Amino acid sequence: MGQKLLMKGNEAIAEAAIRAGCLHYFGYPITPQTEIAHYMAKKLPKVGGVFLQAESEVAAINMVYGAGSTGTRVMTSSSSPGISLKQEGLSYLAGSEVPAVVVNIVRGGPGLGGIQPAQSDYFQATKGGGHGDYKQIVLAPSSVQELYELTVEAFNLADRYRIVVMVMGDGILGQMMEVVEFRDKEPIERPDAPWATTGHGCERSQNVITSIHLSPAVLEKMNLSRLEKYKQIEEKECRYELFNDEDAEFFIVAYGTVARIAKSVIETARQEGLNVGLIRPVTLWPFPRKAIDKVMGTAKAFLTVEMSAGQMLEDVMLSVCGRKPVYFHGRMGGMVPAKEDILQKLREMKEQLG
Amino acid sequence: MAIIFQKPKALKDTSMHYCPGCTHGIAHRLVAEALDELEIEGRTIGIASVGCSYNSYDYFGCDMIQAPHGRAPAVATGVKRSKPDSIVFTYQGDGDLAAIGTGEIVHAAARGEKITVIFINNTIYGMTSGQMAPTTLLNQYSTTTPYGRIADLHGYPIKVCELLATLDGPAYIERASLADVKQIKNAKKAVKKAFQVQMAGLGFSMVELLSTCPTNWGLNPLESMNRVKDELVLHYPLGVFKGESLEV
Ligand code: SF4
Repeated sequence: MGQKLLMKGNEAIAEAAIRAGCLHYFGYPITPQTEIAHYMAKKLPKVGGVFLQAESEVAAINMVYGAGSTGTRVMTSSSSPGISLKQEGLSYLAGSEVPAVVVNIVRGGPGLGGIQPAQSDYFQATKGGGHGDYKQIVLAPSSVQELYELTVEAFNLADRYRIVVMVMGDGILGQMMEVVEFRDKEPIERPDAPWATTGHGCERSQNVITSIHLSPAVLEKMNLSRLEKYKQIEEKECRYELFNDEDAEFFIVAYGTVARIAKSVIETARQEGLNVGLIRPVTLWPFPRKAIDKVMGTAKAFLTVEMSAGQMLEDVMLSVCGRKPVYFHGRMGGMVPAKEDILQKLREMKEQLG
Repeated sequence: MAIIFQKPKALKDTSMHYCPGCTHGIAHRLVAEALDELEIEGRTIGIASVGCSYNSYDYFGCDMIQAPHGRAPAVATGVKRSKPDSIVFTYQGDGDLAAIGTGEIVHAAARGEKITVIFINNTIYGMTSGQMAPTTLLNQYSTTTPYGRIADLHGYPIKVCELLATLDGPAYIERASLADVKQIKNAKKAVKKAFQVQMAGLGFSMVELLSTCPTNWGLNPLESMNRVKDELVLHYPLGVFKGESLEV
């Protein structure tokens, strides 16, 4: 490992993107992620890149669509209301299989909501917020170090599968400062992009980037081939962390900031004689169902904790599939689950289940 | 035997789906002739929009991207900024450019993006069957103004060239017509010049082409051409709105 720097989460994302070879950024200001744009505006012109402040979120994602279509590594970032505006573009990117990285530093909603951290965009990110049958890979870092590492990885995944990869954090992760240890050389994988619209140079046949197929049979075929790709991703790219999972009876399932709180709950719970483990999904899509299967032997029950009304909860329930009880604790609107409340929930579970 | 007339190389050898008497075919040809004459097809990336010409990539031979409704100038911006040596054009109708895509066109023009916009103004939505467009004239009938466009209810038509000419970003803006041979010759010059402006890196260029939609106007092809010549030009005057003295 190389250089160590104390950095804000948002800045670590921007630095990671540049290190991953992303020299094109298009975005629109919105709290709490604007530091990404500030960093890009300062750094990109110095490394021969392009920073462009778009007139709208809609324009920004379409600039991403254009740049991505030429096989260029490109990124945009925003926060919840802005990501809602980008959904049209995300659906087109998916339909045309153009790779791109999109960062969502989630804030509370719905509507204009607030500017404090939340996890209430889980459904939008993992179930397809735009129209049509499509998926995007969703990565959920839980430290500034991981923001850096997963952002680099996001570009590799995007290129490998010609897919949109969303890095989803929350206002706490974006704003907090931690030490980041940078690698001397990034593990960059750049497959050829023979599909890209770069101008055919009168040397090859025409390339077309499009998502429209008016023949139902053709459109279904396109969807089926994408489903095949999604299946591959589900098989190969699920990521998760298991913490204190040996013989734990109760498992908290949490991602991002909440997973950090869960870890400190687990320490305290042990002192009370509660044996609690953590399943931390790192990919929210594909959801790491295997992690749930893995602990099913010792697990008596699961507790999903989120900064939402219970969105990942549905994936946890689908994965548990009735085999064990699933409990939920959530806070919303920028409120963060307190350690004591999570502990209390675990005590209640123990009492009910013995 | 000498060949005196042939299809431009930048157009594919296929029949088009446009209605009889529609001027899309002429507009396509003018773009293709410019690409041929300037020898730029190989480094050109076209942006198709949403409307009757959504699949213009079936006709143009250059690399093409199909953009979401109204977003072609933003997509073009992304392409041009990542491949500055390429030639980038958008091909958009009036609903696409002047209604749902107003924000994108105004800001691409204001930034002086080095792209070329081919703007087809036939004062109506073609593909979705004849609804009012932002360019629909007062008193004009459409499927959503069945009693005619009334200023009080539907507002006034937008004059895109005049609007964009107030900005500092555009280098060249011209309105031309596809209604007869003489006007088509002028239109051809305008389209070519727009690409030359881009090649010279001078800034944003746009040509508005007054066009027909016989199908949704309820007129035959000849009557449609006459409507462009007699009526449309009165409301949408032909001429150069920006960059008249530009040498390319
Ligand atoms: S509907 Fe109108 S604009 Fe569309 S192809 Fe037919 S004539 Fe042309």
